[in-house]
Amino acid sequence: MVMQLTAKQSIFLPRIAQIVRVDSLSDREKVFEFVFDDGKELGHKPGQFVEVSIFGVGEAPISVTSSPTHKGSFELAVRAAGSLTNHLHTLGKGAKVGIRGPFGNGFPLDTLKGQDLLFVAGGIGLFPLRSLINYVMDTRQDFGEVTTLFGCRSPQERIFLDQLDTWNSSKDMCFLETVDRVPDDSWKGNVGVITTLFPKINIDPKKTYAIVVGPPVMYRFVIAECLKKGLAEDHIIMSLERRMKCGVGKCGHCQINGVYCCQEGPVFTYAQVKSLKEAV
Amino acid sequence: MQNRVISRQDLAGFVDDLIKTKSAGDVIGIKAQGNKFNFGPLKSATELRLDYDISLLPPKKYFFPQQETVLKYEVEPAFKVEPVVEERMLCIIGVHPFDIRALQLFDAVYGGNNPDPNYFLKRNNATIIGVDCLNPIPKSFAASMGTNTVEEGFDLMLTDLGGDWFVTVGSNRGDSMMKKYGKGREATNVDLEKRNKVRRDAAKKYKTSLKMKPDEIPALLDANWESPVFKERSATCFSCGSCVMVCPTCVCFDVQDDPALNLKGGERYRRWDACMLPGFAAVASGENFREHKEQRFRHRMYRKGKYLLERYKYLGCVGCGRCGTSCLADIALPADTYNLLKEGK
Repeated sequence: MVMQLTAKQSIFLPRIAQIVRVDSLSDREKVFEFVFDDGKELGHKPGQFVEVSIFGVGEAPISVTSSPTHKGSFELAVRAAGSLTNHLHTLGKGAKVGIRGPFGNGFPLDTLKGQDLLFVAGGIGLFPLRSLINYVMDTRQDFGEVTTLFGCRSPQERIFLDQLDTWNSSKDMCFLETVDRVPDDSWKGNVGVITTLFPKINIDPKKTYAIVVGPPVMYRFVIAECLKKGLAEDHIIMSLERRMKCGVGKCGHCQINGVYCCQEGPVFTYAQVKSLKEAV
Repeated sequence: MQNRVISRQDLAGFVDDLIKTKSAGDVIGIKAQGNKFNFGPLKSATELRLDYDISLLPPKKYFFPQQETVLKYEVEPAFKVEPVVEERMLCIIGVHPFDIRALQLFDAVYGGNNPDPNYFLKRNNATIIGVDCLNPIPKSFAASMGTNTVEEGFDLMLTDLGGDWFVTVGSNRGDSMMKKYGKGREATNVDLEKRNKVRRDAAKKYKTSLKMKPDEIPALLDANWESPVFKERSATCFSCGSCVMVCPTCVCFDVQDDPALNLKGGERYRRWDACMLPGFAAVASGENFREHKEQRFRHRMYRKGKYLLERYKYLGCVGCGRCGTSCLADIALPADTYNLLKEGK
């Protein structure tokens, strides 16, 4: 087998990007806006991810939180959790990083066009989902009814507050949120896990696609609620977290059974995931 | 392409010629290492041990080194990053058929949609001279996997006929190498039958066997996800990763940075990684998607017997027996697990 290749086609070679803005979202989370040195677009679909390089520290997979409808730059929202992300949090405007990607399949936009959408975001599951929600809001005429459910552990962990306010007051979206618990009485909203919001919504199961992103533990409970609402298994779409080390289907770290999450995923339907025993 | 028969002396001359002229690049051969064998740079044909049983490490290390620099970066004074791709021309002598089969899987994995120059700029220029394995190790079950012989994936394949060597020509490159060397004679049907008999006799020497056809493994695994065999077999697993480190079909890697002392630059390298190590599927949030050793053990068995086959059309196990030989707990050999599942234990 002969593959005519050159070093320039290295699967490890990133493009250089610069941080042009950093905003704090919470104690542990920040959003970074990047522009490529070569001036080109990232060219992503909502739901795709990139590999961020900080040289000397390493690389980590981060989902893109901005919508492709936003041109000229892209945003990554990042929780400081591992070595790369903790280091990224120390960087400010002007710092340079490497970016590979975008990788992964992304959300199935063609399938979703013209349909009613139910977004379900748990905690920082909102990061990848925000890319799609903003895409939908920017091309609102292409979609039917939009409902968004957002849950996090406490009021302090709410993120993108301005955006939550906008969605809450928008006539183009039914927005409901909840927190698992409250430390004091400053929170006037819903209290309880995200599944407690399901009885409050009305959806047409035939026309609705649920797009669910959250921590691994959230999926099985939310899926059960979606099925109870009458959604078909292939109308429940989720994005799965794995250790995407190379992003190009070689290194093996992101395998879910025989599936490479960085290639066939990270977005799967419940119908697909059901046959993957290690998925949720 | 015409198969040939050459004398022992002429084969040695052929190898010494390759070493001297470097016409096929650097010559790597199978050599003794203590009382075991390994591939290494060949200085003379006399070092070659074509009668070997198994090499400690499979020849994949020449295309997918244990550690390999893939990028060089500079953060000061200028921010710069460059790919590092070593191109090499190699001739590897003494590759067993099952290791050739493993390289075919590697080609499929490292090709595909995102072909890897670090692999192919070494692999493309490699000449593979195989040798039929006549002294299999006790743990090898290649004969029952159908990987004790191969019909493709080599330039030349040597078979020891006792006195002379039978040379099966497997590629145009191999054909022209033999023609250029010119020694020996064209093989006859009698020679070919001799070769086949040597192969048949060698197949009888395998002490371990898979007690089913290899293509039955995926369905067997499909029916046994919940089998207690995985937990029982893995109970004594040290999670040391030895089985993976010696495996000719294990393709996975980790990527790390190695900053220079002055912190102004450095290198990024990849190195072999192992799905049997506890942190392989862990993510920064603290979630570990295969936290328990029975999950990792089961994953390896499915990977070898099903996942790779479905993805790349090659089984992920070639039956070489290295993992079973290196495993301190003696649990790693896929055939043992598959046989237990088949017996319903």
